[in-house]
Amino acid sequence: MISLDKVSKTYGSGAGAVPALVDVDLDVPQGAIYGVIGLSGAGKSTLIRCVNLLERPSTGRVHIDGQDMTAMSAAELRAARHRCGMIFQHFNLLTNRSVYDNVALPLELMRESRQTIQERVESLLEMTGLADKAHQYPAQLSGGQKQRVAIARALATRPKVLLCDEATSALDPQTTASILALLQEINQKLGLTILLITHEMEVVKTICHRVGLISDGRLVEDAEVGDFFTAPRTQLGRTFLNDFLELEPPRALVERLEPTPGEKTHPVVRLTFSGDSVSTPLISTLSRDHGIDVSILQAKVESVQGRTLGLMIAELMGQAEQTTQALATLESFDLQVEVLGHVQRTD
Amino acid sequence: MSSALIDLVWESTLETLYMVAVSGIIAALLGIPLGILLYVTRPRQILAQPVAHRVLGLVTNIGRSIPFIILLVAIIPFTRMIVGSSIGTNAAAVPLTIAAIPFVARLVEGALNEVPPGLVEAAQSMGATPMQIVMKVLLPEARGGIINGLTITVVALVSYSAMAGAVGGGGLGDLGIRYGYNRFNPTVMLITVVVLVVMVQVFQSLGDYLVRKSDHK
Repeated sequence: MISLDKVSKTYGSGAGAVPALVDVDLDVPQGAIYGVIGLSGAGKSTLIRCVNLLERPSTGRVHIDGQDMTAMSAAELRAARHRCGMIFQHFNLLTNRSVYDNVALPLELMRESRQTIQERVESLLEMTGLADKAHQYPAQLSGGQKQRVAIARALATRPKVLLCDEATSALDPQTTASILALLQEINQKLGLTILLITHEMEVVKTICHRVGLISDGRLVEDAEVGDFFTAPRTQLGRTFLNDFLELEPPRALVERLEPTPGEKTHPVVRLTFSGDSVSTPLISTLSRDHGIDVSILQAKVESVQGRTLGLMIAELMGQAEQTTQALATLESFDLQVEVLGHVQRTD
Repeated sequence: MSSALIDLVWESTLETLYMVAVSGIIAALLGIPLGILLYVTRPRQILAQPVAHRVLGLVTNIGRSIPFIILLVAIIPFTRMIVGSSIGTNAAAVPLTIAAIPFVARLVEGALNEVPPGLVEAAQSMGATPMQIVMKVLLPEARGGIINGLTITVVALVSYSAMAGAVGGGGLGDLGIRYGYNRFNPTVMLITVVVLVVMVQVFQSLGDYLVRKSDHK
């Protein structure tokens, strides 16, 4: 539904040229919710603006629903934008228009009849739970209500695609959850294809089917959300994941960690398991078969897009040959093992 | 206070109001579009035209930098062409209008500049034409700022119109100079000043009221 083909964007020219996007290839299938995540300044904002050509790519092609956006005349582009809604971090509602008139705006721009506008606006306000707010002004609304108005407005022209530019970044966690639920509902009920950019893993985890990770203008990961959360391919991906899961080893432990095993050390491991391996009785197996003790320092189980993801940081306590064998056993299971370091035995 | 004096003050008040109204309305009609042009032709704006923008800006600045009393006499031939005479209230309204147009334009440009760029971006994402962006986004969103600018212009025009006496335009300022100053009549001077103060108060309050009423920020 949305496809970017070798899209690059460079600001300025000559020696002062700043590349914002470099050769980005991206495909969002019909009906999918695709999340692009990245740090501030990574190029997320430029990326989403290149889709509806608020920013014109320096090179590369953008197709929406089979139409080449980059090859259109100004008038064709305006028509194409009617089929592609967009919502923003700061809502961008017109302060001097009521809720009703804000939602009506894109229809007015298309010169729809008053009757069509009324029908469409009323049903959208109903759907977004704003029917009783129709005659209020944006200044009277909360952040979450404003974003609902913006969503209703973006859907007024019955687009096939919705672009979300950090749509929940200005909202508190509860409101974020309710806006995400609304986006998911729209996606399921209307079959709308959604491309969103965010710096919050929570957003990706909650509603996205597929995720792209952008770093210095390049798309460095592009995976199913379940795969990304269980096995990110890049260091940045792992950093995002660990920050999100808050699964960094405790500081006191980090200070004691040594990179190489010594005379009297225990390995500290981070285990990431997903799918079937979650239910493996891992700890008791290690204890029984290798005669070691396993001290769990941190653990977490998350459910992401129907897949269960378990994370654990554990210290394997035993003699050197026992722990080495235990590690080998761990490797044989269907899980990821990362030795974080070694700590001196305290016994 | 003699009835002759009251008549004189009344007549002068009407002359001032007439000059301010005529020049204010025409200046708004011409200055608002000029202000819009100044804004939309800015670099990175919806109709970016850097060269046109610079030319318009230069002309506007020239208009604003000429002292009013010089403008008043400098454009006498032009005034004669427009109203058929170089003296009288109508003749004074011409330079007042000319002076107010760039003034309005800059205030309108400033008001438009206060509209968050995100609103224009949102309208573009909806497929709005530049004209639609101006009519449905920029002007309505800048309405408060524009009314505020027009209020400032009207108050400035009241003050400028005091110089209209130089071309026989009459008005309160002229009354104050001729009767109050030249004839050493402090009563007349005081009365004209009081009437002008009240007039400015009324215009400012009216403007503030309209801003409050039109703005939902």
